[in-house]
Amino acid sequence: MKSNEWRLARGGRIDRTRPLAFEFDGKRYSGFAGDTLASALLANGVRIVGRSFKLHRPRGLVGAWCEEPNGIVQLEDCARTTPNLKATQVELRDGMRARSVNCWPNARRDAFAPLQLLGGLMPAGFYYKTFMWPSWRTFEPAIRRAAGLGTAPTRPDPDRYEERHEHCDVLVVGGGPAGLAAALAATRAGARVILADDRPALGGALQWEARRIDGLAALDWTASVERELRAAGRVRVLTRTTAFGCYDHNLLALSEKLSEPASTGPRERLWHVRAAQVVVAAGAIERPMVFPDNDLPGIMLASAAMTYAAQYAVRPGRRAVVVTSGDSAYEAAHTLQAAGLEISAIVDTRAEPGEPAASARRAGIEVMAGHHPLRAHGSRAVKGIEVESIRAEAGAVQEGSHLRLECDLLCVSGGWTPSVHLFSQARGPLRYDPERAALLPGSGPKSFHCTGAAAGNLALHHCLTDGFAAGREAAKAVGASRDAGRAPTTTVESAATSAFWTAPRGSRRKAWVDLQNDVTRADLELAVRENLQSVEHVKRYTTTGMAVDQGKTSNMNALALLAELTGSSIPQVGNTTFRPPYDPVTLGSLAGRHVGSLYHPLRRTPLDSWHAGHGAVLEDFGGWRRPAWYAAQGKTREDRIRAEKRAARTAVSVFDGSPLGKIEVRGPDAAMFLNRMYYNGMKTLAVGRGRYGLMLNEHGIIIDDGVCLRIAENHFLVSTTSGGASRIFAGFEEWLQCEWPDLQVLVTNVTSAWGNIAVAGPRARELLLRLETDIDLKAGAFPHLAIRCGRLEGVPARIARVGFTGELSFEINIPAGYTTALWELLLARGADLGVLPMGIEALQELRTEKGYLHVGTDTDGRSIPADVGMGALLAKKADDFVGRRSLERSDSKRPDRLQFVGLEARDPAAVLPVGGHVIGDAARRNASQGYVTSSCMSEALGRSVALGLVQAGGNRTGETVHVYSGGRTFPARIVSPRWYDPEGHHLNA
Amino acid sequence: MLHISCPWCGPRDEPEFRWGGELPLVRPGPPERVCDEAWAEYLFMRDNPKGFVRERWLHALGCRQWFVLVRSTITHEIRATAKLGESLPEGLA
Repeated sequence: MKSNEWRLARGGRIDRTRPLAFEFDGKRYSGFAGDTLASALLANGVRIVGRSFKLHRPRGLVGAWCEEPNGIVQLEDCARTTPNLKATQVELRDGMRARSVNCWPNARRDAFAPLQLLGGLMPAGFYYKTFMWPSWRTFEPAIRRAAGLGTAPTRPDPDRYEERHEHCDVLVVGGGPAGLAAALAATRAGARVILADDRPALGGALQWEARRIDGLAALDWTASVERELRAAGRVRVLTRTTAFGCYDHNLLALSEKLSEPASTGPRERLWHVRAAQVVVAAGAIERPMVFPDNDLPGIMLASAAMTYAAQYAVRPGRRAVVVTSGDSAYEAAHTLQAAGLEISAIVDTRAEPGEPAASARRAGIEVMAGHHPLRAHGSRAVKGIEVESIRAEAGAVQEGSHLRLECDLLCVSGGWTPSVHLFSQARGPLRYDPERAALLPGSGPKSFHCTGAAAGNLALHHCLTDGFAAGREAAKAVGASRDAGRAPTTTVESAATSAFWTAPRGSRRKAWVDLQNDVTRADLELAVRENLQSVEHVKRYTTTGMAVDQGKTSNMNALALLAELTGSSIPQVGNTTFRPPYDPVTLGSLAGRHVGSLYHPLRRTPLDSWHAGHGAVLEDFGGWRRPAWYAAQGKTREDRIRAEKRAARTAVSVFDGSPLGKIEVRGPDAAMFLNRMYYNGMKTLAVGRGRYGLMLNEHGIIIDDGVCLRIAENHFLVSTTSGGASRIFAGFEEWLQCEWPDLQVLVTNVTSAWGNIAVAGPRARELLLRLETDIDLKAGAFPHLAIRCGRLEGVPARIARVGFTGELSFEINIPAGYTTALWELLLARGADLGVLPMGIEALQELRTEKGYLHVGTDTDGRSIPADVGMGALLAKKADDFVGRRSLERSDSKRPDRLQFVGLEARDPAAVLPVGGHVIGDAARRNASQGYVTSSCMSEALGRSVALGLVQAGGNRTGETVHVYSGGRTFPARIVSPRWYDPEGHHLNA
Repeated sequence: MLHISCPWCGPRDEPEFRWGGELPLVRPGPPERVCDEAWAEYLFMRDNPKGFVRERWLHALGCRQWFVLVRSTITHEIRATAKLGESLPEGLA
């Protein structure tokens, strides 16, 4: 293997025995198992990984994990192409193909680079002021193409995603030192624990920690804790799992990425965890500093540089300068020195950095205390950093000498921002701590325990004791108080930090606040100049913190800058609201298993298999899978529907009506109850008879219709529309439980217990007489709208003389399991009569001919009984019912209400389009008087028929109108909706 | 996702339930003695407080019983649940 100056020969947590090949922007590179795409790119000397969002400036890696703002990549994998991934989180795999985004043809040579020169034309909010004439739409497509963080996949997702639900006593978010200590304490105390960490292995910052814990090397200690947790039995350890959101009542959502997505298992798992107690040990994110040209490739967070060296055995450069305002970066300097980099200097903004500086000097590293960064130098990569000494006397800052330090790696550490997102989403308040220069969790929900760096404690010894205490406390709160023993210990070291947000204003060169959305200091100054005061407004105007990294490395700096610019303080400025998800979550994991046929599962009738096996074209009708029509070899759809209609009008048809709602209502007060639920009077309904009724809501609007049948004095069978069954049943229960709890009534929804076959047509009785039954089917004994109970071919049956076709019709209800047998029997016995199964398309056309209204089609959300010709019944019913009072409103009595009528096209061959608007005068098309609701060709009548809702239609019978639709106008006449057999001869046969 | 304690079944997740609106809801009657304003009050007017509200909820995918719940519209804290007709804890009636 040829030697590589960017890769250390030894050390790190990579497996040098497993080399991996990958491609980035079309070029081939190699790395090792254990690399991320980012570490492998650095190890190959790749410094420019992308182009900035607005100005297409060359950008390099800044972080090493989820805080990374620049290294956004698209992973190519055919149907699995995935945008919006951070190279720092992508685990390297053999054969991986990745490319940079927002540039063309690649990151190193981007054709859009000249946009940098137009920076002046594109300050914050430029799209509110420029590119307006002639229309923003002229420019929008080009602007959108020039900016974007990836392309969406176009093929269906081949992967599976799972969902799991879990309860636990203590959820520990974060498997670093504090989280491990917390999980240990809670487990030993006897609690049920879930520990989740977003990295492939537990340990967090311990993965590059040199100190010992309880006498063990940090990684060995981590391994021993993991062993103890996994062996404990009531503990679940999740790695590669991000807790991305906290919702009501301690419901947390976790996204687990499974390690081998190409295999047959699920790719990701979404956990819904209801946790009694939550320990937030999510750590803290390092802050960059704001100074001119701080976005050059080669400028990265000090902790990231340390991670690349210690964990991935990568040299991120040859010669480094470390600029810091706190102690933590010194460890980075030592680590980089040990990895073979030359450290030009550590620039510390503090005048007296204390022991860490002394220790650095002993190691031969120059420390320039009391200096701050002035600007970075370089064009496509950092070449140096200019610094200036600050001499503070009596509070006044005086400028000192400038000094330029050469480097090809600039490590910055402007402080640490605790990851308090989950705590904040749980409505925990934040308070600003000036000593730690951070927003820390304040006094919040008792079930939340923030600990470790997430609570502002950066020192390892502090994290261990603090984390252990938090775990013990959380366990105690749920009653688990077995003795957990001692907290883990390590050597004490300092971890002081101080506030340094931005270099003093001097240069006109751009200083970046938000790298991902290309927001500069000047943009924030512009926002304040334009009098935007609130942090929420400034955020949206400048878009700082609004990119996919959600401001992880920029929010705090923006807040501090805003405070400075408005002459207030950070607590006064406040912070913007934290919203989930913490890190991007795939749509696939949110959809889970609810895709494909499980997206909207349809209910199936008892005859579903028969329909499917006999050519039925099955469609979704009100949530049920039902036959629209039955196909046959060599026949068109129109032929088949005509044949089905003809059978119903001239011979006999069978129809699967099983989805129709059936609700049993029993009890001494059943009649009184139904009288209140229906518009029509039901108290006088005779036993063995049925009555068509409308059900209204309290606004008087028709919500359902159907026939109510009285089987016995205290026993009713309510039929509803198939789409309304659950709704009406729920309504019955609601009224009985909440308003009339004293009524003695029981209701049960028996829709799926009974199969329903409608036998309809002039020869329907003839067919039924061929079956064995104890029910007298003769016309005199079984009139229209009667119900009879008995046995049919040996099984219990309820037969009602109701229907929707307008023909002689018997609806047979039998226990669902017998439906197929009865159906096949009817088809067999009726073959010589010409019996045909009928689908819904045919049924709808037959009922349209008959003028039967279809609630929801011929009525809308404003239709009341008077609108459909049933107004006269109101005066005949004295009792109150649901919606009665609303029918007395003046609006219910308006003369120009839309009313249900028939519409006769002047041309009998013209089928009026459904939805066509009724207009009086063909020329004036802007005043709709109603619309066509149902329409079809009627073979029985030899002409087209239509139904509609027309203003004052009931009083306008005979009037000529026009129907307008899609540029065409049809002359028509308002007629009665009862087209076919208006006297009901067929019905009453 | 709220965690709701059904008075019959115990604590369950929100998708098992259906919200039924603010309480108290008194249906005026008989209809011939109800003026337009009173009927409009019943149909449309609700207090919609910023703070604790009494509401009806239905355990739709469980016992199918309606019950009363006291919830904060600001924090979603649920103070109490009770069966219909039972009194709520002190100070919440």
